[in-house]
Amino acid sequence: MSGSKKDIDQVSGYETTGHEWDGIKELNRPLPRWWVWIFYATIVWSIGYMIFMPAIPGLPGMAGATPGLRNHSERTNVAEALSAAEAARGPLFAKLAGASLGSVENDPELLQFALAAGRSAFGDNCATCHGSGAQGFKGYPNLNDDVWLWGGGLSDIKQTLLYGIRSGHPDTRQSDMPAFGRDGILSGAEIHAVVNHVLALSGQEADAAAAAGGRAIFAAQCASCHGEAGKGLREFGAPNLTDAEWLYGGDYETLRETVTNSRRGVMPYWADRLDEGTIDALAIYVHTLGGGEGS
Amino acid sequence: MFWGYQLFIVIAATGYLAGITQSKEYAEPEWYTDLWLTIVWVAYLLVFLGTIWKRKEPHIYVANWFYLAFILTIAVLHITNNLAMPVSLTSVKSYSLFAGVQDALTQWWYGHNAVGFFLTAGFLGIMYYFVPKRAERPVYSYRLSIVHFWSLIFIYIWAGPHHLHYTALPEWAQTLGMTFSIMLWMPSWGGMINGLMTLSGAWDKLRTDPVIRMLVVSVAFYGMSTFEGPVMSVRAVNSLSHYTDWTIGHVHSGALGWVGFVSFGAMYCLTQWLWKRPRLYSFALVEWHFWISTLGILLYITSMWTSGIMQGLMWRSYTDLGFLEFSFVETVARMHIPYIIRAVGGAMYLVGALIMIYNLYRTARGDVRVAELKDQPAPAAATVPAR
Ligand code: HEC
Ligand code: HEC
Repeated sequence: MSGSKKDIDQVSGYETTGHEWDGIKELNRPLPRWWVWIFYATIVWSIGYMIFMPAIPGLPGMAGATPGLRNHSERTNVAEALSAAEAARGPLFAKLAGASLGSVENDPELLQFALAAGRSAFGDNCATCHGSGAQGFKGYPNLNDDVWLWGGGLSDIKQTLLYGIRSGHPDTRQSDMPAFGRDGILSGAEIHAVVNHVLALSGQEADAAAAAGGRAIFAAQCASCHGEAGKGLREFGAPNLTDAEWLYGGDYETLRETVTNSRRGVMPYWADRLDEGTIDALAIYVHTLGGGEGS
Repeated sequence: MFWGYQLFIVIAATGYLAGITQSKEYAEPEWYTDLWLTIVWVAYLLVFLGTIWKRKEPHIYVANWFYLAFILTIAVLHITNNLAMPVSLTSVKSYSLFAGVQDALTQWWYGHNAVGFFLTAGFLGIMYYFVPKRAERPVYSYRLSIVHFWSLIFIYIWAGPHHLHYTALPEWAQTLGMTFSIMLWMPSWGGMINGLMTLSGAWDKLRTDPVIRMLVVSVAFYGMSTFEGPVMSVRAVNSLSHYTDWTIGHVHSGALGWVGFVSFGAMYCLTQWLWKRPRLYSFALVEWHFWISTLGILLYITSMWTSGIMQGLMWRSYTDLGFLEFSFVETVARMHIPYIIRAVGGAMYLVGALIMIYNLYRTARGDVRVAELKDQPAPAAATVPAR
């Protein structure tokens, strides 16, 4: 269609282009001025930005791209920020690593630093398993209380952190409670009996006859790790079964499951993953949470 | 071609369930699925070109330019980003031709322009047809449509690196991505101006025709997210917004607001036209759909802004001694309430769409809500195109 016959839109007063497509016409209206000016402005701004910032690669005689008037480099910035942080914290970390763990708790400034570092590292590395308040979950011990599997002294905690528990590290804390049912060490009836004995030990309601039968089995099979009286032995990481604090649970069903299949929870080791200063800070942090013991 | 595409979707979706993926965002399907899509897509291109070739209209309307740009560019993007070597002809696994930062850049060149050419150019094509058609007004400015089309197409394709700010990508490439994103602002808004201003002379239809209102709000969301995009591409802003829910809010104002609403508007028009019905079953239901879904989007995106900015601020806050103030799980816990609001917003949007489906079904059956005939003259009843 040519524009020979003028087609003026009544509402706007503009001429149409003369095109028509499935009934749709188009007005021959100029570009909105503000639109054009803002468009130009963004182009000018962009050119300016390219002058100031790294922008054009591959120019002859130039390694890398034009650095721009500001000579900006994010890599340098990050490296500088890291070394500034290092300069601020390095001495304190060094002091922490050098100090005997016990003495840190008597040095308020160092202690404050250790707690801040520990809290932050705990959130990033430990909270996933132990909870952000270190309150623990089923199978993951609460670190706020004074119930310890392996020990609550500063150096005990540090060792747990360094090498983990059943972690596969050569120096890991290791102690594997047998899977008494699965491996056929005890029969179903014997398990029933020993579980009732544990119920009785922890002061819960139990089938007295079965519990009496379980006493002998406990002495033979369990006492080596959990102790004659079931109060637990730290050298085996075996929990006290007479208190009301449970790692997995103290009801009949859960106990039966524990004895049948055993648990063998894994705590990863941190020796090669976190630096010594951070591990010290973590140990101090955990130690101050509520249940820390003297070494 | 239709069934070919459906087959592609089935292969791709079942692949997800089987854990078959090449781990590229928006490009998960493996090599054999990609090959099949290429065949289907080229067939699509041929059908489109053939249609244009033997058209009866002398003029090629702007909607078609956008469509051609969309089909062609998606083909190029798809093929390039999916260049890969299968482990063997019987293996579902393949290895990309690109590695490291080159792979990341190719992926985001693809990812960004998939949005740009599919969800922007493609849907601008839809908008350019349905808005003037429904409003029965000529397009606001032909010249603007030409200029903004070419500038959009040219500039969009360079903006991908803004997805890789503060990464191993060389800084000059980040500069490129950012400046081109800023320059993209006006070309994007050209579409918004043409969409909104085409209504001049027919503003009253906003009141009387909820379908027009849907199309207009869609264009408004388009304008908002194409402004937000350049803002987020600025490195300083991006350092706060990147990896947070803000991005999710941004894409959903585009996806739910722009892409979704323009599609709803188009479907209301099409159902009426295809089944040759004088009017929709119920305008009141369109009103309900409009308000429920609009509120749903607003809840969705405001909650994502809140949670995104909160996340960004929490991630970057340090204690006096230079340690991170919050652990990651603490930031996750704080997102609880925004996530509930987001779920409510999303559910409302879905309810709106279900109302539409019901309305369209009744329209196709030829029903009309009698109560509405009396008290409301149907202004859009006359928009059945004379074919
Ligand atoms: C993958 C999960 C996991 C992570 C991560 C983890 N732990 Fe543990 N942690 C455990 C489990 C499981 C146990 C108990 C093991 C057992 O049953 O003997 C444990 C035990 C401990 C103990 C011994 C408690 C006692 O009573 O003797 C301490 C201390 C401890 N964790 C501290 C930490 C710290 C500090 C971190 C972070 C650096 C951490 N854990 C990270 C799972 C984890
Ligand atoms: C080789 C040492 C060893 C022996 C023998 C052993 N245990 Fe254990 N037991 C452990 C350790 C270590 C744990 C800590 C949990 C773990 O494995 O992660 C434990 C945990 C338990 C628990 C879980 C406590 C809780 O807080 O949930 C119960 C119950 C238990 N043992 C009962 C028994 C009974 C009953 C026997 C004998 C039939 C027995 N154990 C024999 C080492 C032993």
